[in-house]
Amino acid sequence: MRYVAPLSAEEATNFLFSENGVSRVLAGGTDVLVQMKSGIVEPDLIVDIKKIPGIREITALDGFYRIGAAVSGSEVKDNYDLNKMVPGVVEALDLIGSTQIQGRCTMVGNLCNASPAADSVPALVAVDAVVNIVGPEGKRSCKVEAIPIAPGKTSLKRGEFIVSVDIPFRENFSSDAYLRFTPRTEMDIAVVSAAVALTMSKKGVCENAKVVLGAVAPTVKIVDKASKVLIGSSLDTATIDKLSQLCIDACSPISDKRGTIEFRTDVAGVLASRAAKIAYKRAGF
Amino acid sequence: MTQVHIKTNINGDSIEFLCGPEETLLDVLRDKLQLTGTKEGCGTGDCGACSITLDGKLVCSCLVLGAEADNSKITTIEGMSDGEKLHPLQQKFLDHAALQCGICTPGILVAAKALLEKNGNPSESEVRYWLAGNLCRCTGYDKIVRAVMDAAKEMRG
Repeated sequence: MRYVAPLSAEEATNFLFSENGVSRVLAGGTDVLVQMKSGIVEPDLIVDIKKIPGIREITALDGFYRIGAAVSGSEVKDNYDLNKMVPGVVEALDLIGSTQIQGRCTMVGNLCNASPAADSVPALVAVDAVVNIVGPEGKRSCKVEAIPIAPGKTSLKRGEFIVSVDIPFRENFSSDAYLRFTPRTEMDIAVVSAAVALTMSKKGVCENAKVVLGAVAPTVKIVDKASKVLIGSSLDTATIDKLSQLCIDACSPISDKRGTIEFRTDVAGVLASRAAKIAYKRAGF
Repeated sequence: MTQVHIKTNINGDSIEFLCGPEETLLDVLRDKLQLTGTKEGCGTGDCGACSITLDGKLVCSCLVLGAEADNSKITTIEGMSDGEKLHPLQQKFLDHAALQCGICTPGILVAAKALLEKNGNPSESEVRYWLAGNLCRCTGYDKIVRAVMDAAKEMRG
């Protein structure tokens, strides 16, 4: 195995593109090193991206926050502006692993590991986050939900890697929330999860909504029908009940040791309802 | 195999070492530098026995490559006491009998020190959440939490 720590994104993409064996990008390493240890992957090349300028920074730009691919979970949690603007994204990221893992793990790593149960992914999708990619053919951007295509598989092409995540500024009276079910309170993987982002009018009528589920399908699930049912409402009981049912209808989970199909489906409705109510309250109502 | 040349600062001393590209920082600390206070439990970031700080951040050294440590500042359990004088956390762990077999203790001390540097007056639940990634199979955690709370109190003066 070779280890390289390039000083630019272009150099990194060249390394990744020219490697004929197995290559892995290293940022926080909390998935890659575990996979290496357990023999799931035996890389020929590790490209440590942490020396690329700006990749460990959170910056406010014109209309969005840019979070570098190597910014750790604890750095996001310590950022006042992000806590205020997208509390749901911060709480999702904060649920991943222990304090020690938080010191290293990254949003982009969580996304590129492509687990259906990734905590930060539904939350990022709910707030319309976009990823910036560098590859052999230059730069491109795409929505977060376009990255995972199957468990453990991403749409990134050979030589491509994600350099940052952009989270658009939220309008007034907007907020978001993320909830997951785990048997333990800490250090566990989501059995089901739900993220809801809302934009309300001054009078408390929902103008825009996005409802997203995790761990109930091979990839993150945007529930358009549930999002639409919220728009125009003030999240009254009847609307919340409809939201819950539409989420239940959208689930296509598997049964495994952590939860059955029936349990996951039922809990998805409960979590989406609760997350919607929390986001509503956070938006100031 | 090509060895990587790394320059780092460990517990205040400038240290250079050569390591294989796949070698973890934990293996470098224990096997190359004889800093065996840092323990290996699971080797997959679940148990916290290998906790150190890397550029001020609490991390599992089993999930860091030695090669990544270039130009970094590391602290381990060996840097905790002031010579023979124990750190208040170490003394309180003795006073409260907050350990039995001791394998998890260095990691917990390093993690607790990182907590108290960030928050000198943590609540019991803050201590428990912060230490959720440090597993102990002997004590049942109660004495550990009490020792950390007591050390925090003493350090606040």
